[in-house]
Amino acid sequence: MTADASSAGLRSRGLTARTLPRPVVAGAALAAVAVTFLLFAVTPLQGVADFLVAATVLAILTVTGLTLAVEGRRRAVDRLATSGALIALVLTLLPLGFTLGYTAYRGTKRLTGNFLTHSMAGVGPFSPNGGIYHAIVGTLEQVLIASLIAVPLGLLVAIYVTEYGRNAFGTAIRFLVDVMTGIPSIVAGLFVLAFWVLALHKGFSGFAGSIALAILELPIVVRSAEEMIRLVPAALREASYALGVPKWKTILRIVLPTAATGITTGVMLAIARVTGETAPVLLVVGNNFYINTNPMKGPQASLPLYIFQGAGSSSNLDVDRAWAAALTLILIVVVLYVAARLLTRRNSLRR
Amino acid sequence: MAKRIETVELSCFYGKTKAVDDVSIAIEPKSVTAFIGPSGCGKSTFLRALNRMHEVVPGARIEGQVLLDDEDIYAPEIDAAAVRRTIGMVFQRPNPFPTMSIYDNVAAGLRLNGLRRKSELDSAVERSLRSANLWDEVRSRLNKPGAGLSGGQQQRLCIARAIAVEPQVLLMDEPCSALDPISTLAIEDLIFELKDRYTIVIVTHNMQQAARVSDVTAFFTLRGPGEPGYLVEADTTQKIFTNPSEKRTEDYITGRFG
Ligand SMILES: Nc1ncnc2c1ncn2[C@@H]1O[C@H](COP(=O)(O)OP(=O)(O)OP(=O)(O)O)[C@@H](O)[C@H]1O
Ligand SMILES: [Mg+2]
Repeated sequence: MTADASSAGLRSRGLTARTLPRPVVAGAALAAVAVTFLLFAVTPLQGVADFLVAATVLAILTVTGLTLAVEGRRRAVDRLATSGALIALVLTLLPLGFTLGYTAYRGTKRLTGNFLTHSMAGVGPFSPNGGIYHAIVGTLEQVLIASLIAVPLGLLVAIYVTEYGRNAFGTAIRFLVDVMTGIPSIVAGLFVLAFWVLALHKGFSGFAGSIALAILELPIVVRSAEEMIRLVPAALREASYALGVPKWKTILRIVLPTAATGITTGVMLAIARVTGETAPVLLVVGNNFYINTNPMKGPQASLPLYIFQGAGSSSNLDVDRAWAAALTLILIVVVLYVAARLLTRRNSLRR
Repeated sequence: MAKRIETVELSCFYGKTKAVDDVSIAIEPKSVTAFIGPSGCGKSTFLRALNRMHEVVPGARIEGQVLLDDEDIYAPEIDAAAVRRTIGMVFQRPNPFPTMSIYDNVAAGLRLNGLRRKSELDSAVERSLRSANLWDEVRSRLNKPGAGLSGGQQQRLCIARAIAVEPQVLLMDEPCSALDPISTLAIEDLIFELKDRYTIVIVTHNMQQAARVSDVTAFFTLRGPGEPGYLVEADTTQKIFTNPSEKRTEDYITGRFG
């Protein structure tokens, strides 16, 4: 009785609205798709892409129109915006999905234990054997050394810029890091080629590649770590200072642990970025069909280079191996990423 | 153990703007001093100048002197971190360390200042949590994150954290402003107990609270918008609330002034 009275009161004040049941909305969208299908069947319209676009547009128009008629303007705009966001999401995920899916499809054909544990030593042009062990070793070593240089250096720069760099020097560094972010990878490669490989007569080596990769990795680490450190609330720093903890200890024990998860993500993205870099390794690492575990001496192989050469080959055997190598590269990055996330997850408390 | 603080013509600046003008006041050991006054009159600024937290703000500086038992804490050879270990602080909004458990939060000050022995840490954590009236509520979940407590519990956790390093003076900036009446009462009881051992300064907008907990009350105000704040008078709480010397104090306390 009271419920009736109050709902009548609400209705008279326009606070209730007619709503479309969900199945009706879904039905309308399906009907739009069906109509499009008919159109494509009887008229000269054709093509899969055309069909998808036409069906999507028609479905959105139908649902929005229906909503406008039944539920009013506000709900119609809401539906329209929701559809827009959904389409943007699909368009963003589509290339990613296709890249991963197709690489997995082509790559799994050759990805065997044997492939992962053998090099290309003595593999003839018509032999389906051979593998990428030498390239995996090369890539892991080059990226590891590059990260050993770039990550600590980048973190220190980020700490300096955020915590101490409130002066002209700090501003200059921030500007230089911005400039470094824009260095094309081929330029970093050329620099190392001219300076390290040729002028200093060091020759091709995995280490030369590491230098070039470190140059590319450094600004990414600095930028992401800087953002994360800035996100740590000032109140936490003040709480630490108020306990009589000196500034450097506050940074080390309070600020960095609080920002750790974000910093790790940034570092992993930086590592993932340079793991796939082809141009610098192409220029300064040389190439090698054999296993060379010494990054300091002699040419090394690497996965991006292996993929680059295999993909450009006229032999289908090489192309298949390149796909398998590409899949391996993706898997390595994924494994690194997941491992890093688990590691920081364990260290930071959950609610 | 508790120490006396005295300021001599202390002015505080943010860059070029003066926020607090020429305050001289003596804060006696083992007493509770309340700072009251309208918003923006520089109570927090002045409080933070007492343990050198003011200079943490970029561009902030002071003129004048702050004496801790006749020693100038702004003298060049004095270490700001050592001053803050002696003069602890509780902030208006609870700010436990989010990556740390309840235990680690309380132990943080001791650990970061070099204490390692587990047994000593254990006893210090229990003692501080008991002092802060929090022990019974958290004893079974010391390893859970401090950020998972309620607001009032977090504030008492921050108080426990501040007293764990055994400061001689405790500065509290509106410690109850975000709390319900029961938590507020718990913290007022706590202030009463701590008074035996510490010198306590509390900023509050709550007149009843100032009247309940403090021995001395200092009234700050500003001459107008954009002007620096200044100290109108400081006297025993009883005198300030019954028979203040200044008309402005009386107007503020009786609510005739913003
Ligand atoms: N970080 C800062 N930078 C610049 N000016 C500041 C800063 N903090 C405070 N001020 C200014 O200093 C003056 C005093 O501020 P303060 O926070 O000390 O006031 P308060 O008395 O604590 O006020 P409330 O009761 O609202 O907390 C104000 O005019 C304020 O705008
Ligand atoms: Mg304040």
